[in-house]
Amino acid sequence: MWLKFEQRPEPSKVMTYLSPLLAVGLMFLSGLILFLVLGKSPVEGFKVFFLNPLRDSYGVAELFLKATPLMLCAVGLSVGFKANVWNIGAEGQLLIGALAGGWLALHFEGSTSRLLLPGMIVAGALGGMAWAAIPAFLRTRFNANEILTSLMLVYVAELMVSWLVHGPWKDPDGFNFPQTKLFSATATLPLLLAGTRVNVALIFAIGALVVGWIFMNRSFMGYQMKVAGQAEFAGRYAGFSAKRSVWIGMLAGGAMAGVAGISEVAGPIGQITEHISPGYGFAAMIVAFVGRLSPIGIFFSSLLMALLYMGGEQAQQYLNLPSSISKVFQGMLLFFLLGSDVFINFRPRLVRRRK
Amino acid sequence: MPTPTSDTPRLAIRGIRKVYPSVVANDGIDLTVMPGQIHAVLGENGAGKSTLMKVIYGVIRPDEGELLWEGRPVIISNPAQARSLGIGMVFQHFSLFETLTVVQNVALSIPGKLDLDPLAKRIEEVSERYGLPVDPRRMVHALSVGERQRVEIIRCLLQNPRLLILDEPTSVLTPQAVRKLFETLRQLAAEGVSILYISHKLDEIQELCHKATVLRGGKVTGTCTPAEETPQTMARMMIGVDLPACSHGEPEDGGEVRLLIQGLSHATDDPFGTDLKDIHLEVKAGEIVGIAGVSGNGQQELLRAISGEEPHADKRAVRVCGVEAGHMNAARRRGLGMCFVPEERLGRGAVPRLSLTENILLTAYRKGMLFAGLIRFGVAKRFAEECIKRFDVKCGGAHSEAKSLSGGNLQKFIVGREIMQEPKLLVLAQPTWGVDVGASSFIRQSVLDLRNSGTAVLVISEELEELFEICDRIVVIAKGTLSPSKVTSETNVEEIGMWMSGLWPGAKTQGEATHVA
Repeated sequence: MWLKFEQRPEPSKVMTYLSPLLAVGLMFLSGLILFLVLGKSPVEGFKVFFLNPLRDSYGVAELFLKATPLMLCAVGLSVGFKANVWNIGAEGQLLIGALAGGWLALHFEGSTSRLLLPGMIVAGALGGMAWAAIPAFLRTRFNANEILTSLMLVYVAELMVSWLVHGPWKDPDGFNFPQTKLFSATATLPLLLAGTRVNVALIFAIGALVVGWIFMNRSFMGYQMKVAGQAEFAGRYAGFSAKRSVWIGMLAGGAMAGVAGISEVAGPIGQITEHISPGYGFAAMIVAFVGRLSPIGIFFSSLLMALLYMGGEQAQQYLNLPSSISKVFQGMLLFFLLGSDVFINFRPRLVRRRK
Repeated sequence: MPTPTSDTPRLAIRGIRKVYPSVVANDGIDLTVMPGQIHAVLGENGAGKSTLMKVIYGVIRPDEGELLWEGRPVIISNPAQARSLGIGMVFQHFSLFETLTVVQNVALSIPGKLDLDPLAKRIEEVSERYGLPVDPRRMVHALSVGERQRVEIIRCLLQNPRLLILDEPTSVLTPQAVRKLFETLRQLAAEGVSILYISHKLDEIQELCHKATVLRGGKVTGTCTPAEETPQTMARMMIGVDLPACSHGEPEDGGEVRLLIQGLSHATDDPFGTDLKDIHLEVKAGEIVGIAGVSGNGQQELLRAISGEEPHADKRAVRVCGVEAGHMNAARRRGLGMCFVPEERLGRGAVPRLSLTENILLTAYRKGMLFAGLIRFGVAKRFAEECIKRFDVKCGGAHSEAKSLSGGNLQKFIVGREIMQEPKLLVLAQPTWGVDVGASSFIRQSVLDLRNSGTAVLVISEELEELFEICDRIVVIAKGTLSPSKVTSETNVEEIGMWMSGLWPGAKTQGEATHVA
């Protein structure tokens, strides 16, 4: 007897939705084994990692706080991913968005204008779009692969942040720490719930999910991008512009990542430092795929990913594990998802070996 | 016709059955081929011909049934084993490397190390003996389609096969080249080689084959001696009903010019493409113009230039309904009243993984399906349902994915979608390629009705019979140039066949080595 994978006549709808759940299950299981191998009690590890973070309302609020940038980045990216536009540089776009909005906050320090905060959000979106426009231009003009260019620009953005907070933007009264001045109250996002850190950015994120859903499922532009992504020649036959798909796909990802970036620095962080994002822009790609590139799915998968981030911090505190444990869980989740997705197009069957 | 003599069949197959997840491709098929016999396997697309041939050639394994090779039961598990038994196969789609020479290509298919010079000599011997002229040192990309087919046949003959399988071999040949191929095949049969000849062209089978086995829906529906049958009786075996005939009205005279191509030249980027040279063409309202030609003579390039999939720098080169449209993309040309049915259905004319409703939107969105940038799915769905009904598209409904439809049904859907937009100009490429006989005649009749209602129609096809059946005028494309047009009733297959080699009066290419011959 041996296992054979047989192509299904049609991709399985059930497996499309079951596959992320299967991946989550396998991730839990391997996590338990991992704890065991590291000499920790699996039950204790599971508790600390997945239950501890949610034990009180503050924890739940933190979950939504961390899910916010993931939702924003993932919904923007999925617009492009559906059209085969592979922007993997959301992390860099997030940083540039934070810089663009943060610059306004620092430049108009002490201003009490009501326009400052909206201006910062817009600047954040524009900054992210500008950073995403570079790979879009290189792709449409020179046919340069956007996977490479968008990824390389992440490192440029990281160095740019580093240079600014070590140099020109460093807080003169900051004891030489690499960080800017704290943003004033008028340049900080209002909280949604007193006693927590959840702010209005969560509303932006949920709004982005709704707009993203309408764009992808109901608009003609979204339809054109889907066609361009699935069948290039059909797109050309219909006369849909492939270049426009690339631009919209890249810019949507850039804008949302930029908003995520400014929401972090004008939200929980309150200033620009070297550590604006613990890899939200990269994790958002996993979020987008676990969520099946659908805004509804992304809502739930971003909460799961946020839990992994929080679990990692808890494991560091209470189990003496390195913080990179959350990256291990992220990696396992993606790995198992890619594996489970095989079942969408293939079905396993036990067959007897031929003579 | 030579009659086979030996009593032991070269190949006998019994009760072959092959089941795929969604279809029974072969269901209890019996077939017997005698030495020296040319045996036709006749059937519509999807009847199971290709599956059966792949079973014989060892590409796929049957679920049930047995094969007897010269009286002995065999299990053929791969093509190499089939070749070692003496079975050769020429596929419909050639498997040659374009960047290698003929002799290099042949060497690749022969096991072991070889000296190319003696092999080249053997190729020349075989090509001389069977009337298949080809230069072994030429690069394959420089060969015409007919020459490439010869290379494939020679490659088989070098292995001294005792059974040769040919899959739709004439679909790429001019009538003259078909005649030469038949001579070669008759000579091979006279030497005792058995030939399995797969085709859906009834006249060819009548002319060439000793025996025919007819398949329908994966089953054998009959065997016959083609010489004793008429095309009508064989068609009945093949499709189960009588062949419908198309009704043809008189062409309208003096309609307005809907498509005007003036001095269109285009150098292709594709190293294996064809440059278009100084094309002039005019299609008027109420007439059907056909473009005949052997594939690979610039049809693809011309179609892309007409459809707008490859816009042209010179906007005056193409005029649609009087408007300069050379620079426009496909969507803008559609806005002028042009519709287009492309050659490839899945991936070009339709998006495989989208529903039929969503595929309606691909080109028909102008018919009130958009509001403020959003899609009115209700309107699109009604359009899809009407298209399915009017054009008799067999499918699970408007929600079915395009890829779940058979080739013929998807083509009816695409033709329907374009016709229902009431175009002023309709361009069709290979409208009935791979479509079964019943659906073909339905599509042809729909196109004729459209022309009778005053639409200008341009048809590009490699099937001459089709063009002669529906067109009012015929032009020929060869090596990227277009011949003058001929009124269909004033020409014949012989003359158009000559022209397909690039030899029309006043042709600039005259004197050069002919592309196909």
